[in-house]
Amino acid sequence: MQIQSAIDLTTLDVDSEGYLTDATQWTPEIAREIARDAGIELTDKHVEVLQFLRERHFEGTPLTIRRVGKSGVVTIKEFYGLFPGGPLKVSSRIAGIPKPASCV
Amino acid sequence: MQTLLILGGGTAGTMAANKLRRELDPDAWSVTVIDKSETHLYQPGLLFVPFGVYEPERLTRPGRDVLDGGIELIVAEVAEVEPNKDRVLLADGRPVAYDVLIVATGTAPRPAETPGLDGPLWYRDAFDFYTLEGATALRDRLATWDGGRLVVFLAESVFKCPVAPLEFAFLADSFFEARGIRDRVEITYVTPLSGAFTKPKAGAFLGGLMDEKGIAVVPDFYAERVDAERKTLVAYDEREVPFDLLVAVPVNMGADLVGASGMGDADDLNYVPTDRHTLRSRDHDNVFVIGDATNLPTSKAGSVAHFEAEILTENVLHWIAGEPLAAEFDGHANCFIETGHGKAALIDFNYDTEPLPGDFPLPVLGPMRLLKETRTNHLGKLAFEWIYWHRLLSGKPLPVSTEMSMLGKRLDAAPA
Ligand SMILES: Cc1cc2nc3c(=O)[nH]c(=O)nc-3n(C[C@H](O)[C@H](O)[C@H](O)COP(=O)(O)OP(=O)(O)OC[C@H]3O[C@@H](n4cnc5c(N)ncnc54)[C@H](O)[C@@H]3O)c2cc1C
Repeated sequence: MQIQSAIDLTTLDVDSEGYLTDATQWTPEIAREIARDAGIELTDKHVEVLQFLRERHFEGTPLTIRRVGKSGVVTIKEFYGLFPGGPLKVSSRIAGIPKPASCV
Repeated sequence: MQTLLILGGGTAGTMAANKLRRELDPDAWSVTVIDKSETHLYQPGLLFVPFGVYEPERLTRPGRDVLDGGIELIVAEVAEVEPNKDRVLLADGRPVAYDVLIVATGTAPRPAETPGLDGPLWYRDAFDFYTLEGATALRDRLATWDGGRLVVFLAESVFKCPVAPLEFAFLADSFFEARGIRDRVEITYVTPLSGAFTKPKAGAFLGGLMDEKGIAVVPDFYAERVDAERKTLVAYDEREVPFDLLVAVPVNMGADLVGASGMGDADDLNYVPTDRHTLRSRDHDNVFVIGDATNLPTSKAGSVAHFEAEILTENVLHWIAGEPLAAEFDGHANCFIETGHGKAALIDFNYDTEPLPGDFPLPVLGPMRLLKETRTNHLGKLAFEWIYWHRLLSGKPLPVSTEMSMLGKRLDAAPA
């Protein structure tokens, strides 16, 4: 049986790669759904990282893997463990912030 | 007498000094530049050194020669800024006071930030080409290299001249073909980003060129270390890329003095938090920042520094006159991309508009083609050397407007 989730991801405004276009639409419940969609079950540690990313995003600070590693929240190794694949792009999608980009 | 002090006499600092010297009353303001090096280096020329196209000697001139006569040059290393005391300290302890400060100390490669890179392989089988020493050592290695796995490797996602490593890969393809050994060389491009480029139109265009030239791209690869014994790059997720010859763009960091002064960004890459429109430091009213030293979300490139110099000059004059900082920088960047075989592409963009295809109007040389490989673009790239020494550094106007223009750009078109 399909479990009906409280949040329907298809009702959110996202870009072609599934990133929220309005970071203020984000809630922890939405994060849980996007994470599930990416095959990740969120733990407290995940949420701590997501909060760090969102704080920095709203400060206007460009995010890098290095910066996450220096955050004191997780080491880079742990970051990879929590968000396998490209950790910054995966975690940014779950955190409801734009995909990390180069300058060009 | 009041003092305008500029830290760094590279591309940005030299332009700012020459422009402001012309604008400021010589009886009221002295203009001083401090640089740790006596020589000025034309960095865009470094790209051509490994392939024997430019001799290293061609790229340097005395820093004194590119500064106007009315500017004082101090050759010394700056250790620290004391922004609350309006003075800087040189490495030998000497203080230099200022009324207005411009930070233009750029960014530089730090191979030691990646464990194993700076070890026994360095300048034997692993090189950078962002320094004169690296580019020259790589030239000597390439001259006798008879093939194998060449890996072009980006250690970080933020570094100066983001197109330079791509250009290196394209020129390498061309170089090995000309030497008749292209079939014995495997070229791989390893990047922490999700592709060769991330903005959609430029990404598609450049990704297509990589395919065409048989250059493999390994995306999302964030290196933890270089295993020197096994000549292998190791990522944090344990993926590995073996190499015979490694050409790295090491982690780039702003000057140590930025960190030592507590003026750096929180991620410890030593970039100074800068207002993206006014170019003033976010933390200190009489401190401005220009060029690669800023944390602005645009390319770290000489062309950007040039456009910034226009805005910065206006705003420094506004500040001195007690007026609001009215000039606004739009993030404009304009970069040629060498694609090999005597051709180049061109991109033109700003904070809000991604690189688009189309025409780029330019008197005398133009029109150039955007996101397309042409011979005229290549000639434009080569002409940049003359323009750099004779127009750009002296702060004379160039035929490219400071604000990005939509003229000739095609929003709907796919890149050619
Ligand atoms: C291989 C390569 C190719 C490139 N190609 C292009 C191109 O085609 N087009 C383009 O537009 N740009 C290109 N660039 C980028 C361009 O060279 C830089 O963006 C530009 O030089 C930035 O100017 P800047 O003044 O901010 O920094 P820099 O020119 O690097 O100057 C910084 C200066 O500060 C001095 N300094 C640093 N620390 C101290 C200290 N503690 N005390 C005293 N002095 C100090 C340094 O000695 C240096 O002179 C290229 C760069 C490279 C490496």
